[in-house]
Amino acid sequence: MALLEIRNLQMDFGRGPKALRAVDGVSFSLEAGETLCLVGESGSGKSVTALSIARLLASPPACYAGGEILLEGRDVLRMNATELRGIRGGLVSYVFQEPGASLNPVFRIGHQIKEALQLHRPEAANDAEVLRLLKLVGIPAPEARIKSYPHEMSGGMQQRAMIAMALAPHPKLLVADEPTTALDVTIQAQIIELLGQLRRQLGMAILLITHNLGIVGDLADRVAVMYAGQIVETAPARELLKRPLHPYTQALMNSVPSLDSDTERLTAIPGTVPRLGAFPNGCRFHPRCPRAQSECSEKSPALVEVEPRRWVRCPFWNSPGLKR
Amino acid sequence: MNEPLLAVKSLKVHFPVNVGPFAGAKEFVRAVDGVSFTIAPGETVGLVGESGCGKTTLGRAIVRLVEPTDGQILFEGEDLARLNGSALRARRRKFQMIFQDPYGSLDPRAKVGNIIGEALDIHRLTPDAAARRQRVESLLADVGLDPSHAERYPHEFSGGQRQRIGIARALAVEPKLIVCDEPVSALDVSIQAQIVNLLRDLQQEHGMAYLFVAHDLAVVLHLSRRILVMYLGRIVEAGEARITCRSPRHPYTQALISAAPVVDPDSKRRRIILAGDVPSPIHPPGGCPFHPRCPFAVARCKAEVPALREIDSGHWVACHLAEQTAPQ
Repeated sequence: MALLEIRNLQMDFGRGPKALRAVDGVSFSLEAGETLCLVGESGSGKSVTALSIARLLASPPACYAGGEILLEGRDVLRMNATELRGIRGGLVSYVFQEPGASLNPVFRIGHQIKEALQLHRPEAANDAEVLRLLKLVGIPAPEARIKSYPHEMSGGMQQRAMIAMALAPHPKLLVADEPTTALDVTIQAQIIELLGQLRRQLGMAILLITHNLGIVGDLADRVAVMYAGQIVETAPARELLKRPLHPYTQALMNSVPSLDSDTERLTAIPGTVPRLGAFPNGCRFHPRCPRAQSECSEKSPALVEVEPRRWVRCPFWNSPGLKR
Repeated sequence: MNEPLLAVKSLKVHFPVNVGPFAGAKEFVRAVDGVSFTIAPGETVGLVGESGCGKTTLGRAIVRLVEPTDGQILFEGEDLARLNGSALRARRRKFQMIFQDPYGSLDPRAKVGNIIGEALDIHRLTPDAAARRQRVESLLADVGLDPSHAERYPHEFSGGQRQRIGIARALAVEPKLIVCDEPVSALDVSIQAQIVNLLRDLQQEHGMAYLFVAHDLAVVLHLSRRILVMYLGRIVEAGEARITCRSPRHPYTQALISAAPVVDPDSKRRRIILAGDVPSPIHPPGGCPFHPRCPFAVARCKAEVPALREIDSGHWVACHLAEQTAPQ
């Protein structure tokens, strides 16, 4: 049994005819100890998918129209408040994008970490365990930091404290939602290194949400690329980065500037990311796609396994045309 | 090389902290601490560094949005740091700025036509309303927007389109220098490339110079001929863009480049993980400001501030050990 299995998840904002579908038929699974990376631009639905795993979206406005989110075989969408409280921060922990906004500014770091322990491992809610956690995430001088307020720490240190808090209840799944986006590149490298090290040490599964294809290769076992509420391609990380098959994945990779290339012009994707509620008919990428055919605007393509473990939502992935 | 368009000479910007009647000893954030460089007409110079290194303050000081504490900003030979009032306002036509946040830098209550047209009004560049409208429409077309967009408000546009409006506003007065302060870092990857390409095309067409401030080295490399690397208010390395990126000589630049995310899973790049954070610019470390994080630091680095010196033709490095730290 997979640790996490999402089946055909459909999530709307609002109800009735005005409902906006943010997640449309997303399915993926995550084995214990595995790292899956969910890649997409803003508005692709990657964050709301991740937040749905512990039902962290206020409902309403969020409204689950269909599908299942199975955590160790139990459907999160059918859980009551008590059961949800048990998995939140227990089985599933989160690390968010902005550590400064996620930490409570009026409590000391040590107190906030201890709070997580009290909820899920009350027997270990003591200073010694907090110190061990702070050491585990590489915070220098943890004895002093335990008494620090969040504003006294840098962004990188705050993010380490957030990770310590997330690890406190020994989660089996760590959901990291853009954990390095607000940080500088040298600090980003530190945090990615830390996550990789913790995964090896603790054997937990990680769901990493990012828009940055550059950090995918460092951590992920598998990648799922999202566009306009749907998964357009999933593959083992290495294979996807070596040979992306969906035109969107290819275009996204080409538009990332690289230090090694000598090209004068970047390959931009024309147009803009479609807004929620204004997704095009047929294939949602067709207005921006260099390989679009006439039928792309009419028929919605299905996600098909085109090679072992490689799923692509494009009937023309193998047709000649734009080559990388 | 002929006369530079802009020559910055030992520019300093210090901000007082703990001000007020009960403040103790006066302290200063040395955001920019003795920076010198030049920009030739039509050239793009990239300015990179992490948050808190002073790159944004430097960019803002050059266009006089913050007051320089000391030093000279020679624009076409004239010291902008000494100009005030109407004299400064008149010169502003020649240098403009594009801001990082496309949401915060456009007045939400003004129509796009007026946001761009205001620049034309201030400098009296169009004789009548018809000419003004025509000019606004041609500017919108220049940046890839539809002329009819002049009648809309900023909230009707996406981030990338708003950044195009900001660019059109800067272009309106036909400046010779545009300071671009992180113009793409708030945008999605697929949109970033569009804006970078647009800036390049506009430069080829109009021939203005850019000071391109960003934290993403790869983006800077794509646009710039020369790169300045800043750390704690000082320039630590300066040189031709490709040389600086391919064979950086300052340990900080080396770490910055190695930390840049790489898409290629087979990349041979060895990642240098720097320990610690950027120190406080109020109490910068003595000697070389980078020494507490530097993997090569020796005793001399703690005692002596390294001067920016030319180690190769056009390649400047502020490191005592620049000769020994050549990348393998």
